[in-house]
Amino acid sequence: MSLDQQILQYLITGVTVGSIYALIGMGFNIIYNSTEIINFAQGEFVMLGGLFTVTGIRVLHLPLPFAALMAVMAVALIAILFDVVAIRPLKDASSITLIIITIGASIFLRGIASILWGKEPYPIPAFSGEDPIPFFGAVIQPQSLWVMGITVLIVLGLRQFFNRTIIGKAMLASAFQPKAARLVGIDTRFMTLISFGLSGFVGAAAGIVIAPISMAQYDIGIMIGLKGFCAAIIGGLGNFWGVVLGGVALGVLESLGAGLISSGYKDAIAFGILLIMLFFRPQGILGKGKGDRV
Amino acid sequence: MGTPYGGFGVFALFLLFLPLAVTNDYYLNILIFIGIHSIIAMGLDLLMGYTGQISLGHAAFFGLGGYISGILTAKWGWTALAGLPFAILGVGLIAWIIGVPTLKLHGHYLAMATLGFGMIVFIFFNELVPLTGGPSGLTGIEGVSVLGFAFDSDLKYYYLVASALLLSLLLSINIVRSRVGRALRAIHGSEVASSVLGVNVARFKVAIFVLSAVYAALAGWLYAHYITFLSPSSFGFLFSVKLVTMVVIGSLGSIWGGIFGAALLTSLPEFLFVFEKYETTVFGLILILVMIFMPRGLLRGIEDMVLRVLESRVKGEGSKG
Repeated sequence: MSLDQQILQYLITGVTVGSIYALIGMGFNIIYNSTEIINFAQGEFVMLGGLFTVTGIRVLHLPLPFAALMAVMAVALIAILFDVVAIRPLKDASSITLIIITIGASIFLRGIASILWGKEPYPIPAFSGEDPIPFFGAVIQPQSLWVMGITVLIVLGLRQFFNRTIIGKAMLASAFQPKAARLVGIDTRFMTLISFGLSGFVGAAAGIVIAPISMAQYDIGIMIGLKGFCAAIIGGLGNFWGVVLGGVALGVLESLGAGLISSGYKDAIAFGILLIMLFFRPQGILGKGKGDRV
Repeated sequence: MGTPYGGFGVFALFLLFLPLAVTNDYYLNILIFIGIHSIIAMGLDLLMGYTGQISLGHAAFFGLGGYISGILTAKWGWTALAGLPFAILGVGLIAWIIGVPTLKLHGHYLAMATLGFGMIVFIFFNELVPLTGGPSGLTGIEGVSVLGFAFDSDLKYYYLVASALLLSLLLSINIVRSRVGRALRAIHGSEVASSVLGVNVARFKVAIFVLSAVYAALAGWLYAHYITFLSPSSFGFLFSVKLVTMVVIGSLGSIWGGIFGAALLTSLPEFLFVFEKYETTVFGLILILVMIFMPRGLLRGIEDMVLRVLESRVKGEGSKG
């Protein structure tokens, strides 16, 4: 393979992984937009999505699409439960309290997963075979196309949901001006609940489409969740298209860095970018500057 | 409110005579770990409890303190004592460099930045194999000896750790009672209000961040030269979370709370063997429950409960009479 082809290969890998980061970042955004909470347990939704699918296929012998459907439903339900049990009672808590709660939930979910599924990685079969497709001298795994396709579908679907449906608009309203939203009769608590469910759904979907490539395992949540957060920060927290851009940019940089510089430091690249963004442009590439509220 | 030095004196005597009651080396070993964790928790509490900032990267400072001194003794044949100032100054410098931009951030951003920093340091511990030994660990670290006196038994090391703990405690008590302590609490209350009152918020926040990192470095140094072996897995994200849990359980903003939290979380897994498999699950559950039901921490939560019971009893008697 020539260097050009190698770089093309890294780009393909980067866009695939980046799509996943974008989906996970989207999950962060949905909750952030309606509550201003950063949900540290977001990565665990991804992990649970993959593992529930494994159970659906292996234990319940469901065909993949049904197993996947069951998994996203289950995770959305867990996310809703999390809101009702741990977030709602603390509506006016300080951000430090909310951070600690979501971290607590994150390690709790991981611990439960390690008890239920054990610590070994589980493979999930690729959705449509594993014969690589040649592409200008590089190759594309069919699963990569699934990953990108489903990401595009979910992103477009969410856009329609927020722009065209009453519930979506009500969610945006309660995020933007909670008091005003309540005045016009929007149940903001219900909107928060929906946002947790939706975020769990998107996270689980990300976990399912990536599982054939990276396996499903109880402890993948932290790392992949943080990468998703990086994507959201790069694009500007809460920014819809920013997170897609951020995810793909992060995936590509990481993949190029791993291929051309060193694979051991791959994860350090992502966190390095995160720190640089936080220090110099915390509002993200597409975000507009926003003054601190007192 | 009386001076806290009485409590300090009692605690010092308690630490002095504690080994009389603990004859088993295994328990002594747990006490040493409790002491080491207490030092970090106390420093982290100055940052979290008093100043209202959060750090999810303190395991990195703990690890850096240990690795800096450990590498100096294992690779270049320094003595542990010569390594100590380098561990402290090195970590202080790193904390300052990272603290200046980081502490401009608030809430979630601050949490994520410290987490990201911790992750990067963790990756370096794993990848800098020629220096750190990588995932298989750093061996050949020297024990501590001062002027020919070697702290070579658990009992001797216990007194070394206890002295370090008491020194850190004294420093914390003095800081909290001083002008600085009041400034920190003002920052916790409202950064804007305190800056209006003339408190240099940025400088105080960075200073306390550096100080809490130095506490962690001291603890890391004690840890490295006690077990004389370091492996990156001891300094990952989960350990940072464990440290935060210690502070939160112990009660944010109470110096003794950090020691209480460290003692509880360090000894619990040792006594409940069943606990080992479920350790992280239980930590998660504890964090959630404490935050929901006792946001002021376990110590204060229990205090509040006792007060409430006493109050209602007094009221009950009043109505009878």
